[in-house]
Amino acid sequence: MKLELRGITKRFGSLVANDHIDLVVNPGEIHALLGENGAGKSTLMNVLYGLYQAEDGEILLDDEVQHFAGPGDAMNAGIGMVHQHFMLIPVFSVAENVMLGHEQTRFGGTLDLAAARRQVREISARFGFHVDPDALVGDLPVGVQQRVEIIKALSRDARVLVFDEPTAVLTPQETDELMVIMRQLKAAGTSIVFITHKLREVREVADRITVIRLGRVVGEASPTATNTELASLMVGRAVELTVTKDAATPGAPALVVDKLSVIDVDGQIVVNNVSFDVKAGEILAIAGVQGNGQTELAEAILGLQAKVTGEIVLDGVSLRDKSVRGVLNAGVGYIPEDRQQDGLIAEFTIAENLMLDRADGAPFVARGSLRLAYLADFAAAKLREFDIRAQGIATHVGRLSGGNQQKVVLARELSRTLRLFVAAQPTRGLDVGSIEFVHTRIVETRDAGVPVIVVSTELDEVVALADRIAVMYRGGIVGIVPADTDRDILGLMMAGDTPDSIAKQKGAAA
Amino acid sequence: MSTTVATPRFDELPTHLDRAVVKSWKVPAIFAVFTVVGIVLFVVLGRNGVTHFNLSTSTDLIKLPIAAVPTRGAGIIVVIVSAVLTAIAVALSYTARKVPLGVITLFAVVFFAGFLTWAAAGHTLAVPGLLLSAIGISVPLIFGALGGVVSERVGVVNVAIEGQLLAGAFVSAVVATVTHQALIGFIAAMVAGVLVSAILAVFSITYLVDQVIVGVVLNVLVIGLTDFLYSQVLASNAPTLNAPPHFPFLPIPILSGIPVIGPALFRQTIIVYLMYAAIFLVWFALFKTRWGLRVRAVGEHPTAADTVGINVNRTRFLNVLLAGAIAGAGGAYYSLAASPLFTREVTAGAGYIALAAVIFGRWNPLLATLAALLFGFTSSLQFSLSAAGSPVPSEFMLMLPYVVTILAVAGLVGHSRGPAASGKPYIKS
Amino acid sequence: MTATTKSDAPRPSTTPPAPDEEQSSQFQKYVRDIMGGSAVLSVLAVVIALVVGAVLIAVTDPGVQAASAYFFGRPSDTLTAIWSAISGAYAALFQGAVYNFGAADFLSGIKPLTDTLTDSTSLIAAGLGIALSFRIGLFNIGGQGQILAAAACAGWVGFTVHAPFPLLLILALLAGLFGGAIWAGIVGFLKAQTGANEVIVTIMLNFVAFYLVSYLLKVPVLQAPGSTNPQTPPMLPGAIFPPLLGPNYLVTVGFLFVVGATVFLWWLLNRSSLGFQFRAIGDNPRAARTAGINVNRLYVYGMLISGALVGLAGANQVQGVITTGFSSGIDSGIGFSAITVALLGRSKPWGVFGAGILFGAFQAGGYTMQAAQNVPVDIVLVVQSVIVLFLAAPPLVRKIFHLPTPGSTPKPKQKKSAPESAPKAEIVQKEGAAQ
Repeated sequence: MKLELRGITKRFGSLVANDHIDLVVNPGEIHALLGENGAGKSTLMNVLYGLYQAEDGEILLDDEVQHFAGPGDAMNAGIGMVHQHFMLIPVFSVAENVMLGHEQTRFGGTLDLAAARRQVREISARFGFHVDPDALVGDLPVGVQQRVEIIKALSRDARVLVFDEPTAVLTPQETDELMVIMRQLKAAGTSIVFITHKLREVREVADRITVIRLGRVVGEASPTATNTELASLMVGRAVELTVTKDAATPGAPALVVDKLSVIDVDGQIVVNNVSFDVKAGEILAIAGVQGNGQTELAEAILGLQAKVTGEIVLDGVSLRDKSVRGVLNAGVGYIPEDRQQDGLIAEFTIAENLMLDRADGAPFVARGSLRLAYLADFAAAKLREFDIRAQGIATHVGRLSGGNQQKVVLARELSRTLRLFVAAQPTRGLDVGSIEFVHTRIVETRDAGVPVIVVSTELDEVVALADRIAVMYRGGIVGIVPADTDRDILGLMMAGDTPDSIAKQKGAAA
Repeated sequence: MSTTVATPRFDELPTHLDRAVVKSWKVPAIFAVFTVVGIVLFVVLGRNGVTHFNLSTSTDLIKLPIAAVPTRGAGIIVVIVSAVLTAIAVALSYTARKVPLGVITLFAVVFFAGFLTWAAAGHTLAVPGLLLSAIGISVPLIFGALGGVVSERVGVVNVAIEGQLLAGAFVSAVVATVTHQALIGFIAAMVAGVLVSAILAVFSITYLVDQVIVGVVLNVLVIGLTDFLYSQVLASNAPTLNAPPHFPFLPIPILSGIPVIGPALFRQTIIVYLMYAAIFLVWFALFKTRWGLRVRAVGEHPTAADTVGINVNRTRFLNVLLAGAIAGAGGAYYSLAASPLFTREVTAGAGYIALAAVIFGRWNPLLATLAALLFGFTSSLQFSLSAAGSPVPSEFMLMLPYVVTILAVAGLVGHSRGPAASGKPYIKS
Repeated sequence: MTATTKSDAPRPSTTPPAPDEEQSSQFQKYVRDIMGGSAVLSVLAVVIALVVGAVLIAVTDPGVQAASAYFFGRPSDTLTAIWSAISGAYAALFQGAVYNFGAADFLSGIKPLTDTLTDSTSLIAAGLGIALSFRIGLFNIGGQGQILAAAACAGWVGFTVHAPFPLLLILALLAGLFGGAIWAGIVGFLKAQTGANEVIVTIMLNFVAFYLVSYLLKVPVLQAPGSTNPQTPPMLPGAIFPPLLGPNYLVTVGFLFVVGATVFLWWLLNRSSLGFQFRAIGDNPRAARTAGINVNRLYVYGMLISGALVGLAGANQVQGVITTGFSSGIDSGIGFSAITVALLGRSKPWGVFGAGILFGAFQAGGYTMQAAQNVPVDIVLVVQSVIVLFLAAPPLVRKIFHLPTPGSTPKPKQKKSAPESAPKAEIVQKEGAAQ
């Protein structure tokens, strides 16, 4: 089926998320939609899927103008979507999830679960998936959940399939398998829109590439274009993919983590017997696919996890049994990976957010009362120092852009005397300018002699910042390798292979 | 990696992380506490004499003999059984196994029987009467709880059950009196429930007001309205506006002859039989039909439901109205079966007990019904036991459902998890 | 909203909205914000509620019913009857709440106003407590139980401990604060330890408190000696709040305590470290926890203080309002009214103070209205709940009165007006992300 978007315009208040976007996807083509975080890709696809109503423009399928009042219309017209955040109901079985919305019923509206099971098995068999129709979706690993999403779309005879950032949650190996699936679908005549910001994947699988930036189409490219060409098109100028930094001058091990395990509320061992150290003045990057225990590891260091065994020692002092307050007082700075949820209070002003982690003592509190004048001076100074663009210190943080929000977090954490700095996904969802700012600050912190841990799922960021790289897989550390380790090897490690076994395999192959 | 694989085969992805061995001592601890209470009450403070259980009414076809149980002896046996069950629970927990629901149920039944025997020492407990009054108290609770289940399953917290019951009671009394038709009164009660629900739906779904706030305020509003209208209109015109005809009792042949439970369950008014139907229908529809699948989807993950073409807010709106109709029907029971006419605040907090039953019953219609029955039973027990000279003050029996619910939500009786999106408005961009 | 960083060269085609609009017309925006703002909305919500009340009064008035029987014959009679029913009722309400024009002199004419202060005392105190719980993100519906617990404690001290006047008053008051604090503290403790839903727990504890106090009123703990009624003996003279404005007026020093409590809560929330942390856990408990704030401990502290404030209402009930011995109905609905007071006051201390005065006026006037015009006082409950309902839905009020949405450009036709309480953060996030 041929999909055509003409002049799609979508506004959120005064912000134009999509500005007259044109896009043509031919039958049996994989068309990549490339753009930075927040360029407007997901908005465009939500318009296509009927979730948003565009202010202007039209959608054509096989040259017929469509009017989608909701996702139901889009689906009936043959559009399917594999959402970035899976649209699956965890407490439902695979079959129930697949049938939801177009249920086959017997008399009296009774569900025909048998038919749904058959359908799941049939599609699974066609593409070589192993999906049990009766498994609860919440119990399945993300890779399998994604296949359920695909089955869901195919069960509705989707002939245009949109993949929205499908690889964000996958290991490199799972990503490769997804590429194979996409090619199979293409061979079966399905048109595919592949939304991503990862250049490697685009070049590997796409037939055509459309690049959007700031809500507008800025160009088309062929898969033969180089990474640098695509990247500069994507961000609008030549990008340096690396961070300028001097070689590290590591001191003595400052943070020592020994046989650390974390058990979550469901009794799962999410961090499994992890040991490493971080030296003063070096950056240890923790790489891995999302959900392999990195988040919990960082939270365990901060004292945010309840069930922790093993030892965490900073400068000879154990952090393990300290409260979050105690850990912060021991000189740990922390950038949480979800700044909206964990880093900031949207309803509070910039000034209030800047004193958030010192709310019960000096310098902002004296004898139980807030020192508002002191806070105002402090906040004004930080606004300048960290180049936070806002009308003033009384601006509510919820009204700031992502980059400025992250700068508020950074300003708060870096204005204490630090003995350890933990930054989890410090640049997630930020624009390039803010990314550079954050990276520079992290390197400066390292150069000041502070041990730094950077947790990131972006391999680019890991390679750019790290002095050493620890790769996590299913709660354990697969290995700790130098920063100049080959990306292929890092990828295999992210899928669980140890450096030793990789070396063996290579030896065997050679 | 080669990209020309013809027939891909994907290895089974790893499904689960390792699990830590978690030993839960909750159940054995609770068992132990109750066993100690049992030792103190039934043995140390044991009462002498004989407790009689009258299992038949005078009109029963099959007459069972009156069971006579020696009080202290029964107490000792109960304590021994409790201790054994506690030991079993300890053993299971020690090896990190779950204590099965059957053991928990057995413990509860045994302890409860022991308590009854002890409390009614030297007296006769009329079991059929006890059950009959238990069902009577439970009817509005069950209707209310079913309304609560439907509403919460679709993602709208229904604190307004109290208001729905009260509105149903008021309107059914007036309408039935005016029309001289109990059935029309019953239908009017459902309409009244729908109206209360409609306000809940408009404010919480359309205008995104916090659902709990709307529910609480609605209850106050309905109390204010019915009190006002009662004082202003009904009190002075009772014969023309507040003398509703009642549903007659319709004993079901054969079934009503079953010993002990027959009279309580099957010598009832049509409202009670409709309630049986409603319990089954809500359960069946919720778990076996397209409607139920969609309702549960909307309550668990509205965005996911939206992306497959389900109109989330419409689904919520309609089902909140349905919930109001069900709860409103429960209100009719007060005016058309339980009491001769409508009185001020006749529901007296039953809506809140129904809410408790929803939570205690883990948002499942059948379990919520059982929870409502349990609460109704403890309430009716209070009457029987005071009559039987029980040493336990009636206030403590009346308190029981609420205390049990607090323990339930505090996770002592097992973790209850509601529909994930319940209480959260759904906002489309 | 504003520019992100100096380094990203290309800018979105849109300029930031706020300055843009300010330049367009400061005055128009000002007028729009006033018209659409919360002060006007609060007044309009009250207006809607009074209209609803008026309809109820008119419909149920016997005079109106009699006249409407021949409406088509002489409609003016019906209209006159409606007018006299409504105006009579609301005039009585006003005279019972603010100033009695029929009084001999100013000092007795102003008595209704002091009655309003009397009736608002407990409402404000309990409202402040509920408001604090809202600010820490907990929905305390347990006002009734906390008032009962407080009244039982304050009452017990007040009629058993033989101590001289100011000492006993203070002891009983402290016992009341303690009782309320403990009863609410249970909720905070369960929330902190087990995550138990506080809405359910507070509702259930209301009933537990009711039956517990009912029981204690039947046994010689609270029951008056030699009596079989479930009622306590009267307070000892030393425990009773003295009148504030002399013996001719009912208002007691309890009102001063409530003013003090309002000042205290204002300071706590806006100027203290503890209050800062309370607001932090109320707005975003996860971020607060990540920033080293002990959320669980603060839930307990917050509920203890919330309960103590509600406890002030309970103490006022037995030491200031009903000093001749009380029963299990001592809370007289204040626990639930306090929720509406806190909502109307938007959980801000002085807002709650004002809302409490307003509802106190309804209460005081309501009784006069019942006595003078035979309109049951229950109508006050209806008016209060309608106010709160509409206050919580500003877009609905704007729709009813065709008011502009604040911050919006005055377009003649808007495609789809976004709901007022749409998640700002989400939209802003998109805006921010799209830069």
